[in-house]
Amino acid sequence: MTRENLLKWAPVLVLIALVLFFSAINPNFLSLRNFARLSIAASPALMVAVGVTFIIVMGSIDLSMEGAVSALAVIFCYMLVWLGGSVAGLGLLAVPATLLLGLGVGAINGLIHVRLRIPSFMSSLAMGFVGTGAAVLMTGGNIVKIDDEVFRALLTYRMLGFPLMAYVALGFLLLAWVIQSYTRLGRNFYAVGGGEDLAHASGVNVKRVRVLGFALAGFFFAVAGLLQVAKLGQAESVTGSNLMFISITSVVVGGVALWGGIGGVWNALVGVLIVSVINNGMIVIGIPDFIQDGLLGVLVIIAVILSTDRRSVAFVK
Amino acid sequence: MYEMQKIEKRFPGVHALKAVDFQVKRGEIVGLVGENGAGKSTLMKVIYGAYAPDDGKILKDGRQVRFDSPIAALKAGIGMVFQEQSLILNLSVMENIFLGNEAQFSRAGLIDWRAMADAARQQLKKVKLDIDPARKTSSLSFAQRQLVELAKVLTLEERVEGDLVILLDEPTSVLSREEVELLFGIIRELTKRASFIFVSHRMDEVLSISDRIYVMKDGAVVDVVEKGKASIEDIQHKMVGRAVDKEYYRERRRKPYDHSKVLVELDSVSLPGRVRDISFKLHAGEVLCLVGAEGSGREGIIRAIYGMITPTSGSVKIRDRHLPQVSPRAAAGAGVGYVPRERKVEGIVSGMSVFENMTLSQQSRFSKGGILNLAAERALARDWIGKLSIKASSELADCGNLSGGNQQKVVLSKWRSGGSDIMLLDHPTRGLDIGAKEDVYEMVRDMCDDGVGIVLVADTFEEAIGLAHTIIVVKDGRMRKRFDCGEGTAPTPYELLHHMA
Repeated sequence: MTRENLLKWAPVLVLIALVLFFSAINPNFLSLRNFARLSIAASPALMVAVGVTFIIVMGSIDLSMEGAVSALAVIFCYMLVWLGGSVAGLGLLAVPATLLLGLGVGAINGLIHVRLRIPSFMSSLAMGFVGTGAAVLMTGGNIVKIDDEVFRALLTYRMLGFPLMAYVALGFLLLAWVIQSYTRLGRNFYAVGGGEDLAHASGVNVKRVRVLGFALAGFFFAVAGLLQVAKLGQAESVTGSNLMFISITSVVVGGVALWGGIGGVWNALVGVLIVSVINNGMIVIGIPDFIQDGLLGVLVIIAVILSTDRRSVAFVK
Repeated sequence: MYEMQKIEKRFPGVHALKAVDFQVKRGEIVGLVGENGAGKSTLMKVIYGAYAPDDGKILKDGRQVRFDSPIAALKAGIGMVFQEQSLILNLSVMENIFLGNEAQFSRAGLIDWRAMADAARQQLKKVKLDIDPARKTSSLSFAQRQLVELAKVLTLEERVEGDLVILLDEPTSVLSREEVELLFGIIRELTKRASFIFVSHRMDEVLSISDRIYVMKDGAVVDVVEKGKASIEDIQHKMVGRAVDKEYYRERRRKPYDHSKVLVELDSVSLPGRVRDISFKLHAGEVLCLVGAEGSGREGIIRAIYGMITPTSGSVKIRDRHLPQVSPRAAAGAGVGYVPRERKVEGIVSGMSVFENMTLSQQSRFSKGGILNLAAERALARDWIGKLSIKASSELADCGNLSGGNQQKVVLSKWRSGGSDIMLLDHPTRGLDIGAKEDVYEMVRDMCDDGVGIVLVADTFEEAIGLAHTIIVVKDGRMRKRFDCGEGTAPTPYELLHHMA
């Protein structure tokens, strides 16, 4: 195997090694039941990671996911309740409405970054806090419960042992892949990330690409919000918590370069699986929960060392 | 004191230094001149340790030395003052002077700022610069920064054994007349402390300051001229006098252009900075070459045509029309193609494939409702890979892995395949080996045959003379002279040099 090939497949090898490692310690890890459980945790994270992948490929960053997911989840729940409480009826409208809202929120994010010329790191981080704040304001600190059986079927209905939400996530992953590989927008993400000056000099409308990228990320954050509600049966101001760490680390562990231009949504998938397997594996082999967070951080650093090519970069910032 | 013997350096396809002998005596100022591509910069890089020579000997203070990094050369007392200054602007003057050598001022891990400021003042005194060492470097003028840079190199005096050799690369290019005089005065005084190697394209300056002048051409030292025994004309003849292969530039294929078809018209265009009053017309089938020194404004003119710079006055018309807005998008839409000097920055996106690079500027032709027609894109790329015999494993190959010549062909086909018939070529053969250069020349002729108008900034005088129908000499942002290169009316390299220097 050539060095190049090895680098390309390194994240997958790390994933396989992790699965073998946890299975060796506790054979229960390698069971359909456990994998189904893993997929429930991974589905919303995957959607966030896919959204942020586009941004990172452009060489920017979007840190608004936690606030965006919380706010969108809360809004979805209120809309669903207001429209009759079930997606079997009028409530179904809440789904496209939330997705559109995600698109809009993302576009605003992008416009603030591009129009006001604020680094995406700062603008999106701040917008995330605005999102969390909005969620607190709307709920007054309370929890909005959803007990619609039809919507919860995303969690409860199983096909081949896996919950419906895993298939939904997979469907949106395919959509992301089509956008990445077969659309001008997807191509331009790579052009901007690989050489912004050149893209500009080639007549690409870089600002527009940036705004659309953030809008697309917002869309996927909305999908993540829906899946979080399906998973938890409720929404509140902390519904999006932890998604920032999981999604960004997943994207990096999966082999997407933070400086842009390299990697894609399949890397995000592998990355999410790596982080989820570590998370889930620690529980399965019985690591005490008070050291799980710290250990996760250490393991993520090890995973980055093993799965990414850091030699070609002169300076790491 | 410093001596090079039979230094050889080769790069793939280029014999950059051919048995170069070079000598610097104690307290001497040695001039180094040569055309672009003559090997000056390679020689400098060998001197300050950025390149190791393939063969030959370097002697410093009588001992043979070998540097594998600029740091090793510094330790032997060889310092460099860079043309594009190497000071870090957000640090103070003293921090810059002692960058990497702060240890001497450190007490228990804390920096004694007062001691550093005192030491910095000592260094600044050497170059007669009376400024507060705590000042931010960004607040200094260019001339002052140049002196700080010199002061920084002069810290070697206290740090290393033996004599100092200091390389000055085009140190006067951004200085005013008076500042140049000041700098020269300081350098002359500093010969008590160090020897200097002075590299510049300004002949009068080289002549006035140097004790001896090395003239380089085609990677070899062709003459060493003693002070007072040379005129500017002599040296310029030696720099450019070479037999030029007539067919190298495909000169037989230089056909008269179509005077009736004006593609680009500049009417007294002035740009931010020093470019003033540029007017010319580019016709179908014409190669118009802008000749001038580095920083004379050639690139600015090209970038103004491409809509990357907005003129402060005057007009740029494409096909007798003003562009709806000044932007690369509008220019590209009007059929202008731009091949920048820095291929890696503005030419190709490495990481993207050959076909993705080729269609980057023409995605609307290959998509419907935002969905790309990959099959058509790849077919186009295969077509052009064949046409220009681009050496790539397939249209899917990563452009970043191609050789420079093949990358350049991808850039050219990107514009040509989109139907651009106004081509702006900024140093299109820079860094290419001879075969790849000839391919580019061949393509220039092909494009002219197709009625394309080309504005060219050439790498050498020969290239300009060999390719152009029209040559415009630019100096300090103004047009100095226009040559029509018809039969027998082409200028010689010496004439060009005469008008630009």
